[in-house]
Amino acid sequence: MKFIDEFRDPVLATELVRRIRATAKQPWVLMEVCGGQTHSLLRHGIDVELQGAVELIHGPGCPVCVTDISAIDLAQQLASLPGVVLASFGDMLRVPGSQGSLLTARATGGDVMMVYSPVDAVRHAQSHPDQQVVFFAVGFETTAPATALAVLQAHQLGLTNFSVLVSHVRVQPAMEALMQAPDNRVEGFLAAGHVCSITGYDSYDSFAKRHRVPVIVTGFEPVDLLQGILECVTQLETGTAEVRNSYGRSVERLGNPAAQRVVDTVYEIDDRAWRGFGVIPAGGYRLREEYATFDAQRRFGLTRSAEKNDPTDTKRCRAGDVLSGRLKPCDCPEFGKACTPDSPLGAPMVSSEGACAAYFRYHRGSLT
Amino acid sequence: MNNSMQWSRNCPIPISSDALRISLAHGEGARLSRRLISEIILPRFATATSRGFADAATVTTIGCRLAICTDSHTVSPMFFPGGDLGSLSVYGTVNDLAVAGAYPRWLTMSLIIEEGLPIVILERILDSAAHAAGECKVTIVAGDTKVVPRGAADGLFINTSGVGELMDPVPPGPESIQVGDKVLVSGPIGRHGIAVMSTRESFAFEPSPLSDSGSVIHAVASLRNSVGEHLRTIRDATRGGVSAVLHEWAMECGHTFALTESCIPVTDEVRGACELLGLDPLYVANEGTIVIAVDPLFAEIALNAVRQVPGCGQAAIIGEVQPKRITPVTIRRNFGSPQPVDEPSGAPLPRIC
Amino acid sequence: MCLGVPGKVVEWIDRDPVFGRALVEFGGIRRECHMACVPDAEVGDYVIVHAGIAITRVNEQEAQRTLQDFAAIAEGLSELDEFNPAETV
Repeated sequence: MKFIDEFRDPVLATELVRRIRATAKQPWVLMEVCGGQTHSLLRHGIDVELQGAVELIHGPGCPVCVTDISAIDLAQQLASLPGVVLASFGDMLRVPGSQGSLLTARATGGDVMMVYSPVDAVRHAQSHPDQQVVFFAVGFETTAPATALAVLQAHQLGLTNFSVLVSHVRVQPAMEALMQAPDNRVEGFLAAGHVCSITGYDSYDSFAKRHRVPVIVTGFEPVDLLQGILECVTQLETGTAEVRNSYGRSVERLGNPAAQRVVDTVYEIDDRAWRGFGVIPAGGYRLREEYATFDAQRRFGLTRSAEKNDPTDTKRCRAGDVLSGRLKPCDCPEFGKACTPDSPLGAPMVSSEGACAAYFRYHRGSLT
Repeated sequence: MNNSMQWSRNCPIPISSDALRISLAHGEGARLSRRLISEIILPRFATATSRGFADAATVTTIGCRLAICTDSHTVSPMFFPGGDLGSLSVYGTVNDLAVAGAYPRWLTMSLIIEEGLPIVILERILDSAAHAAGECKVTIVAGDTKVVPRGAADGLFINTSGVGELMDPVPPGPESIQVGDKVLVSGPIGRHGIAVMSTRESFAFEPSPLSDSGSVIHAVASLRNSVGEHLRTIRDATRGGVSAVLHEWAMECGHTFALTESCIPVTDEVRGACELLGLDPLYVANEGTIVIAVDPLFAEIALNAVRQVPGCGQAAIIGEVQPKRITPVTIRRNFGSPQPVDEPSGAPLPRIC
Repeated sequence: MCLGVPGKVVEWIDRDPVFGRALVEFGGIRRECHMACVPDAEVGDYVIVHAGIAITRVNEQEAQRTLQDFAAIAEGLSELDEFNPAETV
């Protein structure tokens, strides 16, 4: 497939690995922000290829892992209301809230529908006027245009049976929080390519300057990732800390203004609780007042309860250490023992994109 | 979505709102039951050897070892591009017998019908099952029908049990797999799972990816005729896909299976759908594609034999058996060292992450 | 996060600013994708699709440039200290 296969070229990838190894005089600590990047790095074994030259820390970029437990509980509550269909991305279905996952909700009689796209949920609402369709809007800046567009379409169609449970998160405030942690180890960032397709990377300039840390906008295929890593390592070796775009084919400096308009029309920035992090200032989106009629929480008169028991064991789970790079998943004493994807102790083990689950899936810590 | 819409999803014939439907009385053993059996079911299956379904069928005496298997079939939606529940319920059991080294001879068929199922849908499914049985030269010799209240089943469940004659040489099984053996697949992988998921979840792909639902009898026969005793084992890679089969084999033989990604055949449709949905075809179900382990000296002969079979032109050698490593199944992707292939846990879900 | 897949715009179905849709091809399949965020994409262009929405156009020239840089790497024509894979910003 064009723009995929060329960027999985083995000759190029091997050469880039060689160059990274030749460039890195010390094992630099880089964080790939996005869960999709983590998935690709491990799937292609890039972390193993670079062992000793670069240490990759898997960032917080798995939105289903960081979706707060109170949001999952609300989704479950909504699914169990008579006449309500809760529509969700497939990723979210297995993530446990305090009373099991959305799959559990379905097993106990809740109406849960998996959709590929939020606009498919709008179409479903349109053709099923007897049902109240609630879309569980999770994801980063990349996904926000899709859910915002769904709201805009429902608004234009005058649908009164479509609403959204918004739990969107924003990635840059989380990077800020990581850099401010006292024992931060991250020396360079591979910024999330598709987030930047929407937002651009202008706003990273001051971040890079303030923290003296290179930020490389990076794609998802092996060659993209290696190119981003090489650029980052080159900067670190020469003592520079700048923002560079290594994913030029999909990212413009100012991002995609059309997509930004869609998001800005429907959402405004808000503080948001992140699972494993706590509340991050400006860490999410909420519906603007003009679109408040599409707020599922309001429509059904539900309140988010802050005092839910996290079924994942917060004492034994060191998610905060993992997501901030202080602990490799496989070095956690519970990894693969008490904590597995089938019975996770914490958020990073719950979704296949979570750092711990990805490690488990690819048997890191046991292969070599 | 209400049930009647779900049942008719992708059904090739329109279902009118006043269509005749199965009622509980069809299962209560009285006149309606008799009519359901004698007018709808039996005419489709009655053959020279079985004029009707007795409670017990009597079949010829045969002087060889038998293979027996049973499998319950449910699929949502009942009709999917490339197949339906009826043919699937025959192929599934026939294929289980075939890969065990048997020639399938007889099947029993048990229907569990949800109240309200339009009779035309039942007829369509039964026609398809009868057609598949004819194609596989198996006779359906006994059957049973139950009707359960609305909500107690998903339209229709079909259990088929099969009896086949074991033919020498019977492939000895996964315990016989040795280091150096080659692993083959009989065609592009992941087609059934993608076809069913695309239809069930209304992904609206064009063209609709087609299921590989079909009989593997000819592929197995061709393998047996060409490399006979050099076959180690064969399996149809249904739920969990090729990855699930290889993990099971690894447990039983104690070796590691090393795959090469570039050798694994995948159709352009499955490739596109998997990229879009974030799935790996290795974990996606097949319903007419087999995995074969064979003595390496005979791998090329086996490959050519399978490729002769209609529909198997893309059969390929996808990997080999290596001494045990920590990970039971590995894959060499485009570059770098082999990476572990995880054991599938649950059905694959499309992801946005 | 953010599985985004490049696909080729095959046919516009609706040019509406909110409901705009086009048929987009991914390998062997096509699917209707929503185009509100890429109103200027033309037939033949590639777009990155995430959750059924085209989120950006693929800049083919930029991709070609990257690949040409890479071709130079592969042929060993470009020395390490000269090599600058990223766009200067």
